Amino acid sequence: MARSLLEEAAHRLATRARWRPLEYVFWLAALASVWHGALHLPERYLILTEVAWLALFALSLDLILGYAGIISLGHAAFFGLGAYAAALLAKYGIVTEPVLALVVSGLIASVLGFATSFLVLRGSDLTRLMVTLGVALIMREIANQIPELTGGADGLQGVVIAPILGLFEFDIFGHVSYVYCLIVLFVLFLLARRIVYSPFGLSLRAVKGNPLRAASIGISVNARLVAIYTLSAFYAGVAGALLAQTQAFASLEVFSLERSADLLLVLIIGGTGYLYGGLIGALIFKLMQDWIANLTPQYWQFWIGLVLVLIVLVGRERIGQWTGGLWLLAERAFRRAAPGTASLAAPPGKGH
Amino acid sequence: MLTILFDGVAYGMLLFVLACGLSVTLGLMNFVNLAHGAFAMAGGYITLVLVNRAGVPFFAGLPIAFIASALLGALFERTLYVHVYGKSHLDQVLFTIGLVFMSVAAVDYVMGSQQVFIQLPDVLQGRFDLFGIGVGRYRLLIIVVCGLLTIGLQLMLSGTRFGSRLRASVDDARVARGLGINVNAVFALTFAFGSGLAGLGGALGAEILGLDPTFPLKYMVYFLIVVTVGGTSSITGPFVASLLIGIADVAGKYYVPKFGAFVIYTIMIIMLILRPQGLFARATGK
Repeated sequence: MARSLLEEAAHRLATRARWRPLEYVFWLAALASVWHGALHLPERYLILTEVAWLALFALSLDLILGYAGIISLGHAAFFGLGAYAAALLAKYGIVTEPVLALVVSGLIASVLGFATSFLVLRGSDLTRLMVTLGVALIMREIANQIPELTGGADGLQGVVIAPILGLFEFDIFGHVSYVYCLIVLFVLFLLARRIVYSPFGLSLRAVKGNPLRAASIGISVNARLVAIYTLSAFYAGVAGALLAQTQAFASLEVFSLERSADLLLVLIIGGTGYLYGGLIGALIFKLMQDWIANLTPQYWQFWIGLVLVLIVLVGRERIGQWTGGLWLLAERAFRRAAPGTASLAAPPGKGH
Repeated sequence: MLTILFDGVAYGMLLFVLACGLSVTLGLMNFVNLAHGAFAMAGGYITLVLVNRAGVPFFAGLPIAFIASALLGALFERTLYVHVYGKSHLDQVLFTIGLVFMSVAAVDYVMGSQQVFIQLPDVLQGRFDLFGIGVGRYRLLIIVVCGLLTIGLQLMLSGTRFGSRLRASVDDARVARGLGINVNAVFALTFAFGSGLAGLGGALGAEILGLDPTFPLKYMVYFLIVVTVGGTSSITGPFVASLLIGIADVAGKYYVPKFGAFVIYTIMIIMLILRPQGLFARATGK
């Protein structure tokens, strides 16, 4: 009896985690973008590269916001630490190989994430906002106060990034860096997907839903939150390292509040709690930013602010629903077109 | 030494006037208003335009800054904020950050991005010695004005009918509603008043804090620190917290300039760990 229950549970988990046709389409489209750009729009690679690391950054916030319900206004702390770590590793030749440096930077950021996770465990949403914000500010101040190492307000210059794996040199058109970012994004996305569909990921959702109940069915709430916060810091650190490596530069701006706030906007546009939200949000956000910045170079922040205000006034749930609804519609269309590949999976989670 | 203390007190008083509106609105509606600094900036720029361009005397500019910011606050509260009270903290944060971004860009567009100063009358410039303490005239004015305001606020809260309604609403909004207190009206009034105070603080503080379009972003953290350290249940808490932070910040910047900014951030984080409910939290049922 118990065994069949276990099998049943395992089967359900496996069905939930099955790849849906749309996900293949999404990643095939991402793959296609590698060549599409080469045909006529070389400068588009720079934007696409930004989309790729922003997507990874948003993914890291989604892990804690969408899956564990932790609000953060200082996620740039980990992003910035990763960026500076990668730039410094390359500049002083400590770890010259970019992929290895990426992992090291991520680990450094995750150490900070682990250390600060205990602060985040305490208190309400407001306390969490303040603590995460405070950590980011302190990181920025540290970077500002040791100019001999970080270059202070001028930023860290003179960073030379070695070829990836010793084979692929970064080119000026950003083609290599785009492919590089995309591969890193894909690999880490697979890992995140594996994690959120695991029993661990399910237990996180339980914690988000109701910490008290989660604790009473035997989930160690604090340990789970520490774990996911540390992992999220790792992701953010890698995203920052990607930025530093592709631009061969790191400045204080990586820690800024605007960055953390923009990140929230990215995630809200795409919808939280189903992993693709960050990726779609990053694409829409960057295209929108590029478009607005072309119209009004100096005042694009105004329009970003307006979008934030409107999103809240209209209702985040409704915004989340349109992406959820689109997924559902597209999935139905797929099922009709190819009945053999029908998926049992429920539509991806709603906005929040 | 005493001069630093004096400057610290002036700075702390200023922070209190800027932030006390925020602490009351936070305590009253549990509403996270990150855009509070935008109203302070509005007050500062209004005074600037009046004094520098229209030739209005500085002392007349201050009350106008108060009234204008209060009206602006009331307008925003009634048209925009009122839709966001019931929403989650995440929504409130997104909404108010959006407002901050808009205000920063809008002021940049209208007034330019450089730092500006309000022309002070001659009476307020320079400093004099009093028992060996260097007393800046302008800072003395700040202490006097903010001190009077604090006493006035305290009297209003403890003595008037509106004050007792406000305290009742902060303590338990539901019960207060049940007693027939119109909590929403109390809140709207308080919000407008708090915004007005912030505007006055912005006008007074332009000389010390500096005034440029990024003001709401730069000082948002300070306001939030005052509120978190001081708690939201009274105005004594934020007052003591403001003084502490003002003195700590000035002293920190003077004695250990290299670690100046760390001092207050570290105070904030330690406070949040030790006393998540604020320095003078009462054990309420909330």
